Amino acid sequence: MDTAQTVETQVSELRQIAKEIRRKSLEIIHRAGSGHPGGSLSAADIMTALYFGVMRYDSNNPKDPNRDRFVMSKGHATGVFYSVLSRAGYFADEDLVSYRRIDSKLNLSGHPHPKTPGVEIATGSLGQGLSVAHGIALGARLENSDYKVYALMGDGELQEGQVWEAAMSAAKFNTNNLIAIVDFNKVAQDNITKDLKDIEPLEDKWRSFGWDVHRIDGHDMDQVYKALTLPLDNKKPRVIIADTIKGKGVSFMEGKTSWHGVAPSDEDYEKALKELA
Amino acid sequence: MKDGATRDGYGACLEEIGADPRIVVLDAGVSDSTRSKKFGDKYPDRFFNMGISEGDMVCTAAGLATTGKVAFATSFACFLLGRTMDQTLVSVAYSNTNVKLVGTHSGLAVGEDGPTAQMIVDLAYTRAIPNMTVIQPADYEEAVQATQALVDHVGPAYMRLGRPKVKGIYDSSYKFQIGKGNVVKQGQDVVIFATGGMVQESLEAMKVLEADNINPTLVNISTLKPIDSQLIVEQARRNGAVVTAEDHNIIGGLADAVLEVMSDNDVSVPFRRIGVRDTFAETGSLKELYFKYGLSAQHIENTVRSLLK
Repeated sequence: MDTAQTVETQVSELRQIAKEIRRKSLEIIHRAGSGHPGGSLSAADIMTALYFGVMRYDSNNPKDPNRDRFVMSKGHATGVFYSVLSRAGYFADEDLVSYRRIDSKLNLSGHPHPKTPGVEIATGSLGQGLSVAHGIALGARLENSDYKVYALMGDGELQEGQVWEAAMSAAKFNTNNLIAIVDFNKVAQDNITKDLKDIEPLEDKWRSFGWDVHRIDGHDMDQVYKALTLPLDNKKPRVIIADTIKGKGVSFMEGKTSWHGVAPSDEDYEKALKELA
Repeated sequence: MKDGATRDGYGACLEEIGADPRIVVLDAGVSDSTRSKKFGDKYPDRFFNMGISEGDMVCTAAGLATTGKVAFATSFACFLLGRTMDQTLVSVAYSNTNVKLVGTHSGLAVGEDGPTAQMIVDLAYTRAIPNMTVIQPADYEEAVQATQALVDHVGPAYMRLGRPKVKGIYDSSYKFQIGKGNVVKQGQDVVIFATGGMVQESLEAMKVLEADNINPTLVNISTLKPIDSQLIVEQARRNGAVVTAEDHNIIGGLADAVLEVMSDNDVSVPFRRIGVRDTFAETGSLKELYFKYGLSAQHIENTVRSLLK
């Protein structure tokens, strides 16, 4: 196969996996009876591409010093995060039963914690993950390692000032192995992000902060995969602004603030699964 | 015994042991004052001046720590803790990353810059955080040794340092250990538990008291958490009366830490607190502020005398 064909095969596999991941995310949120379905579904394609097409890791050796790192800065998206980690082999599917349950052996808490294999840092307070990811990326330089660090942020999260502190820092240090991804699903907990506090013009903002900026359709797997596998810039850190839809894949969840932090009822769950079949 | 500010001890130690490739140092745009610049000048590859953005600095330190580094994040105590309670909780303490927060210019001792620069609640903040070790050295030598100890210590810690020069208390024969208090002078009838610059202030008070044949015990509590409970209980019982002395609010700092230990161990003896009495201070010199806000050697002296009446 030539390269184009290889990419095409890869992308079509990723599309299939993304469907699975969406179903799994909803399954574990439904079973837990609480969680954040909207922001998990919007990030499902990005997460699938990262873990099953892009990142270098060995789930049997989660602390491999040369692994690519991922920081789930939008920490509430554990539905998709744990689903992906489990499928990647960091832990078993059965372990997901303890998601959001007391005495969870792997600490599958509502928000991530490094006790869970595959998790680098605790998140859940928005705005911190990009700084952490930047610190990890600087670590690669000190260790002469070529690993890359990916941080997934929400669009609402960009209202946190610290994100822009980190943006300035990474540009200052030419941290080109840092790749930020914005899951721009347009909806935050209270309101649509634009009305809550508009973050646009977003490309201009990042560009003016000295970043290499790309904007893609975050549900078009071809675009997602290609953006995530671009060669690194020589100097600049990279941001991929992924336009997404909150609740993507489940018609009655799409674009709704009401599905930010509510688990589906049995009936809604059945309906959602049919749409994701 | 070397006179010097505790921040100078920190800077000198980092410079001396900085060849250790595990060590990285971050600062938030005040490295000249915090003395982290000493390390930065010598080891620029492992020094990160993050600019005036403490939250970003603390989280970047946490990220570096996950790669196996011992990450010292330094700024003025007021901004380092005041601006990063959340980052410290989530990215440092809860994540249990090997980050050493180092806050200089603490307490009223910073003087004329006034209340926005006089951090008097950082011990309360940090003591209340799970996983956090809290240290405040009393002089230059102890600051040097505490810095070294923090390199070998694994996990989150806060070290509280001061701006002014302090008279030396210890020489190199002293051995600082995290979690251990130090009996500076064994006396009788009253024990003063002091921390930071207030150890020297207590020694000044004791000089005057000793002339009147009053010989209190002085214990330096340089680790506020985990605190040396055994020593506190033993000395409180042996002396029968307790004074605490700290350049910090009387709420949440050393006074409460000692009371907690006494309460948990059913030690009930007369107890007095020297510290900032739950108020914001004002501008002024260290000497003036200590006098006006009840932290001076004279206040310690009077407090000891009042317990012996």
